[in-house]
Amino acid sequence: MRQYFGRKLLIYGLTFFVAVTVNWMIPRFMPGDPVASMLARARVTQPEALEAMRAYYTNLFGLDEPLWRQYLNFWAALLRGDFGISVWVFPTPVSTVILGAVPYTLGLMIPAVLLSWVVGNRLGAFAARRKLLDNTVLPVGYVLTATPYMWIAVILAWGLGVVAGVFPVAGGYSFSLRPNLSLEFIGSLLLHWALPFASLFLVALGGWAIGMRNMIIYELESDYSNYLAALGAPRRLIRKYAFRNAVLPQITGLALQLGVLVAGALVTEIVFSYPGLGSLILKAIQNQDFFLLQGTFLFIVLGVLIANFIIDIVYVVVDPRTRAGMAGAAA
Amino acid sequence: MTVIDTALPQTTTTVRREALYFAFRNVKLLIGLGIILVLLGIGVFGPVLVSGVPNAYSGMPMQPPSSQYWLGTNTFGQDIWVQFVYGLRTTFVVGALGGGLAAIIGMVVGFLAGYRGGWLDEILNMITNVILVLPTLAVLLIINAYLGIRSVGVQALFIGLTSWPWAARAIRAQTFSLRTREFVDLARLSGVRTPKIILREIAPNMSSYLFMTFILLFGGSILIASSLDFIGLGPTEGVSLGLMLQNAHQWSALHLGLWWWFVPPGAGITAIVGALYVANVGLDEVFNPKLRET
Repeated sequence: MRQYFGRKLLIYGLTFFVAVTVNWMIPRFMPGDPVASMLARARVTQPEALEAMRAYYTNLFGLDEPLWRQYLNFWAALLRGDFGISVWVFPTPVSTVILGAVPYTLGLMIPAVLLSWVVGNRLGAFAARRKLLDNTVLPVGYVLTATPYMWIAVILAWGLGVVAGVFPVAGGYSFSLRPNLSLEFIGSLLLHWALPFASLFLVALGGWAIGMRNMIIYELESDYSNYLAALGAPRRLIRKYAFRNAVLPQITGLALQLGVLVAGALVTEIVFSYPGLGSLILKAIQNQDFFLLQGTFLFIVLGVLIANFIIDIVYVVVDPRTRAGMAGAAA
Repeated sequence: MTVIDTALPQTTTTVRREALYFAFRNVKLLIGLGIILVLLGIGVFGPVLVSGVPNAYSGMPMQPPSSQYWLGTNTFGQDIWVQFVYGLRTTFVVGALGGGLAAIIGMVVGFLAGYRGGWLDEILNMITNVILVLPTLAVLLIINAYLGIRSVGVQALFIGLTSWPWAARAIRAQTFSLRTREFVDLARLSGVRTPKIILREIAPNMSSYLFMTFILLFGGSILIASSLDFIGLGPTEGVSLGLMLQNAHQWSALHLGLWWWFVPPGAGITAIVGALYVANVGLDEVFNPKLRET
């Protein structure tokens, strides 16, 4: 088990290292002069902001220093929690801007991911080897999983928001309210949360249902299932065992899908102008705010790594073979 | 010797004929393939047949679908059907290039790691795992944001470079199970060189698997590209289904009630990717006798 976690942590550490290095390299090795092009593209009109930016960029890029020195400085700033200063909301540090958006993204993603995983698994397991249900769940599942996140979000916003007028289609809460702890605000928060959640939930649901259905069919054909059936065990029991075995690859699948799910959350937030990381990325791109973009990138990578690690721990809890040091955690 | 020589080509043709027999009777494969071929046909021949340039002002803005404008026009008076036709072409190109490149990298890494094993396997596996954990879209965001001029080709290139890890892992596992078989040992004993063993002995035995991997990578590339387009990091020139969605959203087609602006591009992407997935399941049933429904 120590080896298992050691290996995982090594991979995550390496990944973080690669992500930071990529983050450092791209502005420096892309063609052109980064400082000049950024200043030109930023289109800042206030002279003091422009001057501060020029000083900041030159200082941060430290182009007069040797490369290895720049690289070390970059890490040092990072470890101090210094991601730079946002251009879009000028004097605010990037880390503050990001920390303000993270709760919205997490509040959207965590329930959507967990619920779609649980419901999708149940649905898939229930549909497997049941002719009528299988013939409906499977095609619907394929259509859902092939749908681009932003499209389902746009369709939901149009159908339930604009046409039916049931849900608001933009923002994280009503524009007439200030964030506070009143019932009215929480209600508004939930109302604005419903549609982005629904689009994330629906697309992910299809994939999990299909995956589980296939795994259950595979498990029901295995020797232990046949043996149980030959012993005269009730079908419910066999299915229960099949489900428990089939859940393991689905947990690994959850870890593998994290990147796709994050991408889905980002574009869904953009559709609904939901004040999370996705909208932040859009603003960063529109305003050529590269520090904000790079900071958000590192935050996303960090979040995915932490989620991966949590899934690894869950895997050890769920699968006793990993605890006994036997094979099992192939992932 | 003569017996073997004559028997071998015969069995391969029967296998092929058997696969074709099941392929033509597999509803999933036929439906999936049918949809893809129709859309591919529109994308390939459409731009020749429709008159007009995708981003040009065609006449009246904000027209609902009619006999003159099949899918209506948007607020800029651009004909959505013309955009859709050109956008399909771009979407297929991104899928083919991005998916193709990812499949090639995945195969090279998977075969090498699986066949050679040892320290090479360790290193390749580590690289695969690192890139697997990195959220693809986030990496592509950074790269594309810094690239000043973006094109379909560059977009496909970077998608290909970042989306291969799961394919490499799957191919590695398959290669692992094949490399200890007798026919591979025989080839090795008779002094065949490694690249030839991989190409002639191992790859053909998992050709159906490789093809299905390519199909999934193809669909995945289309989805990633459309997300990038939607965020505003798509190709700076031309039109794609993702860019159409982005434009529709950016110029508030939602609030203007121009449903014909944002429904077709999304439906196009869903149809292509969904058809690819369904065709993939069909192919699986054709190649794998255990899955055939009798």
